Amino acid sequence: MNKNVYFGLYLVVAILAILPFVVPNSFYLDLVIRMAINAVIVLGLNLLIGFAGQISLGHAGFLGIGAYASAVLPTHFGWHPLLAMGAGAAATGILAALVARPIFKLKGHYLAMATLGLGIIINIALRNEAQWTGGPDGMPVPAMGLFGFELTSDKQWYWVVALLLSVSVWASLNLIDSPFGRALRALHGSEVASQVVGVDVVRYKVAIFVLSAVFASLMGSVTAHYVGFVSPNFADFFHSIELVTMVVIGGMASVYGSLVGAVLLTALPQALATFEGWETVVFGAILMGCMIFLPKGLVPTLAAKFGKGE
Amino acid sequence: MSMLEVKDLSIHFGGVKAVQNVSFNIDSGIVYSVIGPNGAGKTTLFNLITGVYKPTTGEIKLDGEAIHGKSPNQLAQRGVARTFQNLQICMNMSAVENVMVGAHLRLDRNLVKAALRFPGLKKRDRELRNEAAQLMDFVGLGQYVETRADAMSYGALKRLEIARALAMKPRLIFLDEPAAGLNPKETIEVDHLVRKIADSGVTVVLVEHDMKMVMNLSDRILVLDYGKKLAEGTGEEIRKNPDVIAAYLGAHA
Repeated sequence: MNKNVYFGLYLVVAILAILPFVVPNSFYLDLVIRMAINAVIVLGLNLLIGFAGQISLGHAGFLGIGAYASAVLPTHFGWHPLLAMGAGAAATGILAALVARPIFKLKGHYLAMATLGLGIIINIALRNEAQWTGGPDGMPVPAMGLFGFELTSDKQWYWVVALLLSVSVWASLNLIDSPFGRALRALHGSEVASQVVGVDVVRYKVAIFVLSAVFASLMGSVTAHYVGFVSPNFADFFHSIELVTMVVIGGMASVYGSLVGAVLLTALPQALATFEGWETVVFGAILMGCMIFLPKGLVPTLAAKFGKGE
Repeated sequence: MSMLEVKDLSIHFGGVKAVQNVSFNIDSGIVYSVIGPNGAGKTTLFNLITGVYKPTTGEIKLDGEAIHGKSPNQLAQRGVARTFQNLQICMNMSAVENVMVGAHLRLDRNLVKAALRFPGLKKRDRELRNEAAQLMDFVGLGQYVETRADAMSYGALKRLEIARALAMKPRLIFLDEPAAGLNPKETIEVDHLVRKIADSGVTVVLVEHDMKMVMNLSDRILVLDYGKKLAEGTGEEIRKNPDVIAAYLGAHA
């Protein structure tokens, strides 16, 4: 791990500090906020996929749990939004641990299947429990109050999300270059080698899976409050795939790749809107091109090309 | 009492009896070699003792405590280290990080402290990096500290595995063909390295095909053939054993 790896963090913070003053209008501010929210989720997911070498195809489900906890608990039970957010994160963590523990005792790609199923179950549950969730139509989310002051304007949300993103980048960089992070990368590199030096492989896989699920849940809550509305699409299977795609396009096992992947894939559908009906085709073609020409993802490929390394 | 006691150890893979009723003891502080033709069950024996495989029947005791059926990470906690015949290097990490992983159990592995960059953790990591660099020096890889593992030669990676195992500060180390695929000069270096490790007080168990190296280093030798114990004894005894000569060493030895 390079010593100047934190240089990128300063750059991210600087960009985040300048952005709200240079974005031309509220449409772009909204886009930037959604990019930053996705970036935090993708950071967590990349710890799981890129660093630990495990895959989740159900992360949107965890996001959905967080989002709906923030919608349902304050609306129907009068919970404080922060408490609801915490409860959503805790529920997600427990669910993730319950699913992951038996799965990780098996060898192979069972986690992909299990998370795929879990994501779909969560989505169906959100659609069917209409008396609580509003069913397929979704439901409104009360505003987030912080210390007696309500978060309403996009500007306020921007600073909250920018802070969350900066802290997440910092924490991810710290984690990777620590005994915990090295154990994660080692079990990806060689599971048997990590075992014989004493790494309890199942425990580490469960821990990072739970952590990334909780990341997704928390950001699901943030999204719910920011948008002011939740729908089962939050927990859609295609959203899970989109998140995995962000990891892969940006670059596996690359913190800054996560950011680039999230930014690009959040912006791309907007940029392609001019293709009217063909945007999904163009989108797919771009993804294919990326995988053929930049199989390691954007940031690692470019970093290797310019000889800097991350 | 011997450090490691193996009694009637067997493992079957379907109909294949890879190791059958093998018994031996290893005393603390010696170099113990396991030899035998390809497919004799040497690596399987290593995998059994280090917890990668669970034995079908038999016992393994470390310092009198039964350890068969324990997982590799539990054995690591008891000071058992190993290297692999087919390299098991984490190619996604730098050379020095591979060695640092070896010290896993001696570190504070707390996730929250790591994410929040606790100063104590960072300080320990810096010390560890120096320690790992010294270990790389010890195995003759001093110039590769910051190199990515996937940019290193086969011979260097073989020794990197040894450095990683030593970072565990083991009491017992299993080396699975440390000289396989190395040129004569590298083989002599590994020979010296194994001697240095043994002299530092670590009990060494060695699987190796290079007979010169085995005869040079070993206090005792176990000969396996078709999963069975063929002979056991000092180098001299093994050299003269007619069964061993027939099965393995051939007429030249």
